[in-house]
Amino acid sequence: MKTSAPSEQLTRRIIACLDVDAGRVVKGIQFQDLRDAGDPAELARAHAESGADEIVLLDITATSGERKTLTDTVRRAARQLFVPFTVGGGIRNLQDAAGIFDAGADKVTINSAAVANPELIGEIANRFGSQAVIVAIDGKRAASKPDQAEVWVAGGRRPTGKKVLEWAREAEQRGAGEILLTSMDRDGTSAGFDCELTAAVAATVSIPVIASGGAGTPQHFVEVFSAGKADAALAASIFHFGTHAIAELKQTLLDAGIPMRWPC
Amino acid sequence: MIAIVDYGAGNLSSVKKALEHLGAAAEVASDPLPIVTAQKIVVPGVGHFCRCEALNSRLRDPVLSAISRGVPFLGICVGMQWLFEGSTEAPETSGAALLAGQCSRFPTEVKSPHVGWNRIQINNNSRLLRGIENGSFVYYTHSYRAPVIPETVACTHYGGSFSGAVERGNIFGVQFHPEKSGNIGLKILENFCAI
Repeated sequence: MKTSAPSEQLTRRIIACLDVDAGRVVKGIQFQDLRDAGDPAELARAHAESGADEIVLLDITATSGERKTLTDTVRRAARQLFVPFTVGGGIRNLQDAAGIFDAGADKVTINSAAVANPELIGEIANRFGSQAVIVAIDGKRAASKPDQAEVWVAGGRRPTGKKVLEWAREAEQRGAGEILLTSMDRDGTSAGFDCELTAAVAATVSIPVIASGGAGTPQHFVEVFSAGKADAALAASIFHFGTHAIAELKQTLLDAGIPMRWPC
Repeated sequence: MIAIVDYGAGNLSSVKKALEHLGAAAEVASDPLPIVTAQKIVVPGVGHFCRCEALNSRLRDPVLSAISRGVPFLGICVGMQWLFEGSTEAPETSGAALLAGQCSRFPTEVKSPHVGWNRIQINNNSRLLRGIENGSFVYYTHSYRAPVIPETVACTHYGGSFSGAVERGNIFGVQFHPEKSGNIGLKILENFCAI
């Protein structure tokens, strides 16, 4: 077994993400073209048992009318889940967040609502602690430099004019405990994470950065943890459809010298 | 019955869920009465140390008197830090001072909060950690940590060594979240339930 220096024992995390639409897990290509991948509670448990370090459930079409469906799904998924559980999608205010925590989530991610009302970050952090607030940033930069990457909201449908790096810094100052960075350029492409953008965000903030968007092969994870400086990496379809078992992925990462929780 | 002390900090439902999964009867207690009659007491908690003010103002006496009667006590995260004298996170808020020392922030050379899975080096004969392999991974999320003291039964290295678990008689504390540490965490909670 590989050993790491004492200060480097904190493992990098593999996070399995469930994109949920009306109570079912779906996965889209670049935020569109959804296909059904199963029951959220069953999948969450299966991913945790197969070695996922954390589970994220993102309600991708949340509207106020569907809030009860989401709460029920969270409650059902949380019941048999004994690893950290994060929920996002459509959380607009402190009450929404409180309802999600009450249903059994450990952390919430906020995205569009944080851009619209940045004070929400501090409100949730003050009530539930910074560790419970993840600010999700959907970034797009095409061929430009990371410092030009722009924040998009509303499920990747609307540009904001905000720069990703500036927004990440502000989110940290306002009390975010982690940043979940999704590369819209890479999401659903299986072309690999945007390591350059991830490394730029990791260098900008001192809180953990979760990289998302583009995972296709175990080598992509090696790259995002080394060149990308990510603290955690999130993926969805690579796990749901059995392309790569988490155990196999972690073995590849351990062989590459990346600290992982294993066995689990 | 295990009383899970509710003082407005942290995720009580996940601790309750984990204990119930293990077949234990657990009840969230925000008043002194269920604490007085409890067979075991758990003080969970995440977030700011100042939240312990609520614990100190209403529930400190019943909890401390139960501990002195030998009732097994488990503090989780801030609940463990509360066993110490205090924390630099909220200097005006006192801890129970059952253990010597102050909790303090991680040094600036490491990322803070310390979030994720890290190893515990088990260094004493512990009832709470019975059957847990040395070097097992547990889930942490915190920015302040307790010093290593004679009662430390497991430590973790991150910006230096800190107390991952403490134990003295019927007093137990873990900085990590056993309710979020997969099968290892469930085993630790099971050990506590069996004490």
